[in-house]
Amino acid sequence: MINKYDAIVIGAGHNGLVCSALLAKAGKNVLVLEANDQVGGAAITREFADGYSVSACAHLLYKIQSQVEKDLNLNINLASDNLSTIVLSEVGEHVTYCGNKVTGVNESDQKNFAEFFKRMTRFSDLLNTYLNKPPPRLGTKNKKDLFTLAMLGFDLRRMGKVEMREFLRLIGMNIYDELDERFESPLLKGGLSLDSVLGTHLGPRSPNTILTYLFRMAGKHGTLSTPKGGMGSVTKAMSDSAKAAGVEIITNAKVKKVIIEKGTATGVELNDGTIYNSEIVVSNADPKKTMLELVGARNVETRFTHRIDNIRMKGNAAKLHIALNKLPTIKGFSESDYSQRILIAPDENYVERAFNSAKYGESSPLPVLEITFPSIKDSSLAPSGCHVMSAVVQYAPYQQKSDWNEEARTNFKNDIFSVLKQHMPDIENCCLSSEILTPLDLEKEFHITGGHWHHGELTLDQFMFVRPVAGSAQYQMPIDGLYLCGAGSHPGGGISGASGRNAAQVILKREKR
Amino acid sequence: MTPVSINTGRLRSPFYPRLAELDSLNTWHNWAGYSSAEALYCEDMEYFAIRNSTGVFDITPMTKYRITGPDALDYLNRLVTRDMRKIKPGRVAYAIWCDDQGQVIDDGTIFHLREGEYRLCSQERHLAWLTTAAIGFDVTVKEETAEIAALAVQGPTSYSVLKNMGIDGLDSLKPFGLIHHQIFGTELMVSRTGFTGDLGYELWIDPDKAIDLWDALFAAGKLHGIQAIGTHALDLARKEAGYLAPFEDFLPAETTVRTGRTRSPLEIGMEWLVDFNKDNFNGRRALLKEKAEGSTWRLVKLDIEGNKTADHSYIYADDKKNSDEIGFITSAAWSPVCKQNIALGTVRTPHGKPGDNVWVEVYYQREMHWNRVMAKATVVDKPFWFPARRGMTPPAPF
Ligand SMILES: Cc1cc2nc3c(=O)[nH]c(=O)nc-3n(C[C@H](O)[C@H](O)[C@H](O)COP(=O)(O)OP(=O)(O)OC[C@H]3O[C@@H](n4cnc5c(N)ncnc54)[C@H](O)[C@@H]3O)c2cc1C
Repeated sequence: MINKYDAIVIGAGHNGLVCSALLAKAGKNVLVLEANDQVGGAAITREFADGYSVSACAHLLYKIQSQVEKDLNLNINLASDNLSTIVLSEVGEHVTYCGNKVTGVNESDQKNFAEFFKRMTRFSDLLNTYLNKPPPRLGTKNKKDLFTLAMLGFDLRRMGKVEMREFLRLIGMNIYDELDERFESPLLKGGLSLDSVLGTHLGPRSPNTILTYLFRMAGKHGTLSTPKGGMGSVTKAMSDSAKAAGVEIITNAKVKKVIIEKGTATGVELNDGTIYNSEIVVSNADPKKTMLELVGARNVETRFTHRIDNIRMKGNAAKLHIALNKLPTIKGFSESDYSQRILIAPDENYVERAFNSAKYGESSPLPVLEITFPSIKDSSLAPSGCHVMSAVVQYAPYQQKSDWNEEARTNFKNDIFSVLKQHMPDIENCCLSSEILTPLDLEKEFHITGGHWHHGELTLDQFMFVRPVAGSAQYQMPIDGLYLCGAGSHPGGGISGASGRNAAQVILKREKR
Repeated sequence: MTPVSINTGRLRSPFYPRLAELDSLNTWHNWAGYSSAEALYCEDMEYFAIRNSTGVFDITPMTKYRITGPDALDYLNRLVTRDMRKIKPGRVAYAIWCDDQGQVIDDGTIFHLREGEYRLCSQERHLAWLTTAAIGFDVTVKEETAEIAALAVQGPTSYSVLKNMGIDGLDSLKPFGLIHHQIFGTELMVSRTGFTGDLGYELWIDPDKAIDLWDALFAAGKLHGIQAIGTHALDLARKEAGYLAPFEDFLPAETTVRTGRTRSPLEIGMEWLVDFNKDNFNGRRALLKEKAEGSTWRLVKLDIEGNKTADHSYIYADDKKNSDEIGFITSAAWSPVCKQNIALGTVRTPHGKPGDNVWVEVYYQREMHWNRVMAKATVVDKPFWFPARRGMTPPAPF
């Protein structure tokens, strides 16, 4: 066995896989070490009840970068594509939106929605250019950085004076005010509010929720799809591509620490004591885990440690999985409606109120939900005639008051089912078994500090130039040879591969020098 | 919530009653929240006590932090630039610590009291920095300034005075060593440390026993010329020893706003305290870079012609016109014991190498009118005052 590699990637999350594949394609001899028994990180498919499987964490594909698909020759088999979003109404008068079209609302809302969509996609397109390259450093004389910064200014200005002003007005703002000004339909406002706050510790009235909405729209304008075989098939394709490029992947290999000699990374040590050497160590783990656990404060500077320690990354999104003997009844639903993305977010104030509890360490008594029944278009996930429900539920604060003891979990589950029952009266009869994963569970299962969707809150103070923290936004950590490639680095979370791809570019460029 | 009462006025050291009795000048200033005497009866006489007999200075206001826990050593080793693994229990280390950019935050002394148990002392308060630096370490940093009364006992007869007091173990106590001694039903810590560059000790005790200690010390020193002293006398002594004072010879990085006003250890003559062989310490990356690229500033000790004190003077290069301004004086004094006009200053590199000549522009006032002289000065390497007794073990008795 050789223990010396050109690069070692800690973690086989989708970003780690993308990064490793690109390094290998550039001729590097790459080893990937994954703590879990399968690759994929938070993008996996697994069985949660006998014969019933789901995407165990991320379940909808809407951010995968076309550059990543191209670079890795990915051929992702989709079970469904171009999903609509249906915001449930108790009386069956649902609101449905897809692209720039919305139904179930009045004419003025329809017109405004098209306008809103146009503007938001224009802004998200601008943003997207900068998500797919390392962010420029501020305050340096580096030509590339200065050029990128100048381009950013130029691109902003090029939108025209009015649009630029609008962009600058909106970028730090909350979505609630913007929606309230534009729309009348509570369901539409509720749905768009939920779109903006998914995966964050933010309510629609929190500043930054326009940024999170734009981030969601970046790349594919929010076009939703589900992969055949669940999210695990996406990361399976990525790992196949990596392996084809020569990457060696070892699972059940939990890295205990990054070995550092005099400020330079020289390899990693596993929990079982095995040592692998490499001059390049890339971490797909989140910045806190990487710097505070795997590297250790003693190896980095005080202020830097302080900044890392202060990264806000307490998750709020829980995952609910239900094995169903049949699809539950939903008032006013046609057969095809069940295979769309279904939201429970009756209005924007409901969403904000759901967030209120999270501020005080309590789960929402009236949670918001993003629901899919992936088995409708993908029979591999459940026994024939049966189905699975995969839902993201908010808010379930990581630091729940009682630390998510049994009682808190039961209460939360009961609360979720009461909300579900309002829209699906027979849900309990359909339910064979269920599983709820709180951020605490997600932290344990996927080794993500705080179980946070983005490996770090996606807000302006942790975005672009200052992601994960000021002075280290270009993947390189203040240890020679140590890089980040996960969602905690620029640009952020979601199944996109952008962090992994950007990191690989930086590493290869540094190497050339 | 029950209300807490906090004394927001100026604190008094437990030695205050004794100092107040001796004080006839009433010149007190604020040192880290405590009243500290600038001089008690005559600053010249107080200074000569340090050099000729024994001067006693109340260092209770010095900030003290107790550092304990399984990671105490690793914590300190990351904090300061020198290698703390070499400082065994019973030893004291003079140390400096830097921010992430390798700029000096402060200097101080670290006492390895017992295995894994440390005390860090400095002139300025640093709890915020020390607490931040503790992130990721299993260590407890506790401010204990008010829980320990301390005296510096400095001068050629100090050894005999303490021996008279019945303290054992002094004969083998080397510079930067410490011992524990039982007295007044408590533990007295004695370290061979100080800020005067002379033979001297520092005594550390429970504040409740402060007066007992003072009385026993002055009784034991009666025939050895023991005198209480204030900060002015000490300040002169420290300049002779070439010791730096924060806010004078360098600015603590954490409280400095303007860029370029802070200094790295390499720029204040402290390279000997920087151990690049250590795996890491705060500022290491920045300092390695500075070492490779060269520093901007250099601290110089100057022996200046004439007898006019060169306070705050500009320093000029020794060239044809002597008009190339290269730096300025940060501390200056006429040294009575060396009979030298001495100063510490900061100059731009490459100027100021030991042996170089520079020119100092000295302004002085005579009956209202200002005069100016250009005085030639030589950069010296060694401290101005470095008596053999400072390092002698055992020291000579009197
Ligand atoms: C509840 C929830 C729902 C989500 N839903 C969606 C969605 O529908 N669509 C979407 O696009 N995004 C979604 N996301 C976000 C998305 O899952 C993440 O942003 C994304 O998976 C991050 O990918 P990554 O590769 O950067 O990190 P991860 O997927 O977290 O991968 C990191 C890998 O590193 C490994 N690792 C960590 N430490 C070690 C160690 N010491 N040794 C070895 N290996 C280690 C981990 O085991 C893991 O495999 C959701 C997130 C959550 C929490």
